[in-house]
Parts: sequence; C-alpha cells; structure tokens
Amino acid sequence: MSILVDNETRLLVQGITGSQGAFHAQQMIQYGTNVVAGAVPGRGGQWAVGNTPVFDTVHEAVGTTDANATIIFVPAAFAVDALLEAADAGVALIVCITENIPALDMARARAFIDSTDSLLIGPNCPGLISPGSAKVGIMAGHIHTPGNVGIVSRSGTLTYEVIYALTERGIGQSTAVGIGGDPIKGLNFLDVLQMFERDAGTEQVVLIGEIGGADEQVAADFIRTEMSKPVTAFIAGQTAPPGKRMGHAGAIISGGEGTAAEKIEALQDAGVAIARHPEEIADLAAKNI
Amino acid sequence: MKLHEYQSKRVFAQYGVPIPNGEVATTPAQARAIAGKIGKPVVIKSQVLVGGRGKAGGIKLARTPDEAEEAAGHILGMDIKGLTVKQVLVDEAADIRSEIYLGAVLDRSARKVAIMASSEGGVEIEEVAAQTPEKIITVHAHPLLGMQGFQARQLAYGIGLPKEHISAFTRIALSLYQAFVESDASLAEINPLVINGDNQLQAVDGKILLDDSALPRQEQLAALRDPDEDSPTEAEARESGLSYIDLDGEIGCMVNGAGLAMATMDIIKLYGGNPANFLDIGGGAGADKVLAALRIILRDARVKAVLINIFGGITRCDEVANGIVEAITSLNVEVPIVVRMVGVNEDEGRQILAESNLPSANRLSEAVQMAVAAAKGEGA
Repeated sequence: MSILVDNETRLLVQGITGSQGAFHAQQMIQYGTNVVAGAVPGRGGQWAVGNTPVFDTVHEAVGTTDANATIIFVPAAFAVDALLEAADAGVALIVCITENIPALDMARARAFIDSTDSLLIGPNCPGLISPGSAKVGIMAGHIHTPGNVGIVSRSGTLTYEVIYALTERGIGQSTAVGIGGDPIKGLNFLDVLQMFERDAGTEQVVLIGEIGGADEQVAADFIRTEMSKPVTAFIAGQTAPPGKRMGHAGAIISGGEGTAAEKIEALQDAGVAIARHPEEIADLAAKNI
Repeated sequence: MKLHEYQSKRVFAQYGVPIPNGEVATTPAQARAIAGKIGKPVVIKSQVLVGGRGKAGGIKLARTPDEAEEAAGHILGMDIKGLTVKQVLVDEAADIRSEIYLGAVLDRSARKVAIMASSEGGVEIEEVAAQTPEKIITVHAHPLLGMQGFQARQLAYGIGLPKEHISAFTRIALSLYQAFVESDASLAEINPLVINGDNQLQAVDGKILLDDSALPRQEQLAALRDPDEDSPTEAEARESGLSYIDLDGEIGCMVNGAGLAMATMDIIKLYGGNPANFLDIGGGAGADKVLAALRIILRDARVKAVLINIFGGITRCDEVANGIVEAITSLNVEVPIVVRMVGVNEDEGRQILAESNLPSANRLSEAVQMAVAAAKGEGA
C-alpha cells in the first residue's frame, strides 16, 4: 500500500519532448510507471519516448487516455500555465518539477488550484515514488525498496541519502514524497502526514525538513495531537547563517525565524526522534520495527 | 536580491508614495552641491546593503552644505559590517512628528501577501513583534483580488492614525502593495513612514527585497544589482551556475543539491570541523561545473581540506570524477581532497578517482570524519 501514486496511476508527462521530459519519461517507464500520454503544444499527433502519444492540450490527453496524474517538465516561464491547464482539465494529481517559478505566480496558481479537486506537489521538487509500483519523479528508482516507511521531504538529494541508508538496512518505503523547496507550494508536510496516518501500508514516517518558514512546526503540532504512528526527523541547515538563501528559495533564516533549532525543538516536543545526521535516521527507524 | 534605500524609495515614488527631496552622491563635493540645491538641512545616509547603518555612524545630519561635505567625507569609504560605503543619499531632513511602520511581505504559511502596519515605526519590526505584538496590525491580500481599500483602512484605523491622515495613509498602503506585486518583491518596507512638520506623510526610509526567481522578467530592477551584495566569489559562482555562500570554516564543500549541501555542513560540524562554504553544484552538473566549483573552493586560503559529496541521480558520478581529475591536473592542489560518491555510475566514478590516487569513501559519515581529520593535519 502507498499514498498518492500506485499501480492505478495513469501518468501524463507535460513537456515530454524536451530533453528533461524525454529522459525522465523514459526512466519512469523503465521503472514500471504507466505513462499513458504526453502533452506539448504544437506536437499533437506525434509519438514520444517509444510509443507514448503526444497531444496538443492536456484536456485532449485526459479525454483520450484517462490520465489521472501529470508531471510537469516545462521551463519556469510556462510552468504556471501548464499546471493551471492540468487543474482545469481535472487531473487529480499534478507534480511540478520545474524550479525558479516566481513566488507570487505560485500564490495565484495555488489560489486557483484550491478551488478545484486537483492536488499539487511542488514546484521545485523531485516528485514522488511508491517503490515497486510507480515512480512519478526524477529520483533514481533503484535505491528504493518496497516497505512500510513513509517519507516526506523538502529536499531532493538529501532524501536519496536517507532512502539509500534505509534500503541498505533492509528498511523499505511505502511512498517517498518530495514536497519541494519553494516558499509557496502544493502539498505540505501536514497534508502528507495526514495521508500517511490514514494509509494502512505505512507504519512509521520519516520527515526531512530544512531551515526557513514554519511548516515543520505546523507538522509538529499535528504529530503531537493527532498522529499515532512514530515519526523520525532530520532538519538540514543547523549550521546555516541567517539572511543567506541556502540554494532553495525557501531555505533562508529571516528575522530570526525558521532556524533549525526551533524546528527541532518543536518536533522533539511532539515526541519525534531527531537524527543528527541522515544515516542515523535508518538507526532510529529500525527501532520502530 | 536587495535594493538600496534610495532605489527602494524611487520605486515607491513611482507608485505615488511621497519621499523626501534627495539625490545620491559618490563624492563629498557632490554631497555639498546636492545640499546646496536642497537649501535646507539634510541627512547624509550611507547606501550599503546591511542593517544597522545608524548605529555604525553611517547616517548623519548636516545643517549646511559645508557640514554635508564634511559628513559625506566621513561616511564615504567607511566600513559597515564588512561593506565599504561607496555612495551616500543626501535627503532633505524631515521634521519628524511621529513614526509609523508599513510593510508588505510574502507570508508563506498563509500563501498570501501580508501587509502590516504599526504605530511603533523607526525600530525593527521584529523587535516590535517580539515585545509588543499587539501593536502590529496585519491584513492579507487575496492573491487573485489584490489588496482592497477596506484592508488599507483596517490598517489605518488599527494603528490609531489621526483622522486627517486616514485617506493619505490608505493611498500609500495600496501603492506599497502595488509596488510589491509589480516588482515581484518578497519584502517591501517603509520604516519609518513619518508625519512631518507640514503634517504630511512621507517615506523616510525604504527597503525592497526581490524574488530572485522573478528577476528574468524584472529587467529594469535586476539591472540595479549592487555587485557588493555578494562577495566576488559568490558572484563568480552565480555566473557559473553554482549556488555558493562564504562561511568561516576550514573544510571546503562541494555537494549536489541544496538540502544535502546543508546536511553535509551540519555533519562536518557534528564531527568537530567547520565548513568553509555552502556549495551546491545543482542537478546534472558536468565536468566543467565541477572544475569551476573546485577552482572557487581551492582559492580560499583558509581551506585545509575539501570534501566532495555527490549523490548521483541526474548528476552522474563519472562526470563528476572526470571534473575532479581535470581540476587536480590543471589547478595547484595543496590540500587533501576526500570524495564520497554514490548513485548513478558510482563504480565508473570510483575507478576514475582510484587511477588518480584520490581517497574515496562510501558512507557520508566516514567521508566527513576523513575530511575533518585531514583538515587537522591528521592525514587523509
């Protein structure tokens, strides 16, 4: 069992003819994801990545193939248009990989998406994977193994590091969700924790946070009051200086807020086990089995 | 990206916010001429992209052009928190009756722009928030509707503004919001917004931070970038497509991915070392980026050891290994380098490194301990 993506996922790839889109569509197909269509304006009627049909519009792609999820690989200047198109076409799950989307654009897009039934993951995220059934993202599939640890993270390669350590110890994952490093995004820690709490296939959760914002504190509140499954966490950026943006648009300590210390404290108060480094997550998770 | 005070106030003025008469000078003689033209007492204000200019002596009052020249002579060239003052703003001095705070900021948890006002202007808003949070009034603009007039009035009445200033304040608050949105700002602040001797509202100090992701469509504002905002190394890194930040330690780091780069810094600290930098080479970096990154790291004389941590995915380990070997042959490397690489093409990558006698580790914690020991001269 898993959350958000599984064997029922019928994936559309927006931007499938670009270099990133084509490469990752191929990788996802190889992993076993059911990629049913691509959408690229002006490329309708063509075939991409073997035998995937390409459509001019998302509406057409959904109408023809019943796609129920989409992954977006289009450049930042066109990405908001692409995700609004997907929401308008009623795609249930929208995963946006694109980075450098202006925050105010995301604020407007999110306000629209919230008025639809679609769920958004990202932008500026690695996507998500339910090991053994579906990979909707850019992560290396082979480091994952099926199991019952749910993972939710603001980071990309740091998540791979944690999953690598888990897999090495024989601890499998139900679903790993990369929610992305931008200040305004779709699903947040809280939303994903709620899904893991309800998912029968998830027995414990690993949360990977970083400096900036207060999403980890909101998550801590939910964990303390509502969550029955054990949670282990790592927060990156304990040595980051204030006022400097650490790569991700959202990773900045501003006005003394968003420090690793305050996030760790909030999580510890909620009974979350805190790892000092990524490999230690595997040790702590092993104790919950 | 940060704008200077004078740049920020000019943006506000374009949207109809009243600002003092003033111009920028780069020499004491210019400051004198501007003060003469204004013909009234002026304030000489250092234009550097850090807070605390007043406390550092970077803001001075001058009653005459002579005094303006003298004050500018004193402030120009001054060092404020490591930045040299290269320009001063010569502003007509305001006769301040009271000081208000007015600011707009992207509120990430509300996913909206928050507009805040306080009767406690002239001090840092964080200080007000910590001590007297009830004195800050906040409204949130709907992302699709924008800030409404009633919200601006909520702020005005909320901070207890005298009746005669309500409509002027409302106009200024709406202008500030408009400036924020149309500039793609992440912060726009007027602090203080004063009621002056003529009983008029005026923006005496201003600050704008821009959303870096929106700079490609904000060409005019992007062109205002002060190269001193980043260290020369940080600027060079940006041009090479690398995300780099100077830190104080002795272990140079090169990592793919921002989260992993931060985590790597944290682990270095955990094992008793100190990171010299944050450096994210990004996803899919080839040998050329790796070379550029190592050139930047190795130029830092404080660096006693280098730790390279790559988790291959889009980034291929063999590409990175080739870049490392290329760097070692073309640069004069005098410090030990520890490489840890896992993921796509790791065997090929390790093979390339082994041929050049570079130590590599499988586990991150092991690699970090090797780098910390190497930096202490305990051999890599």
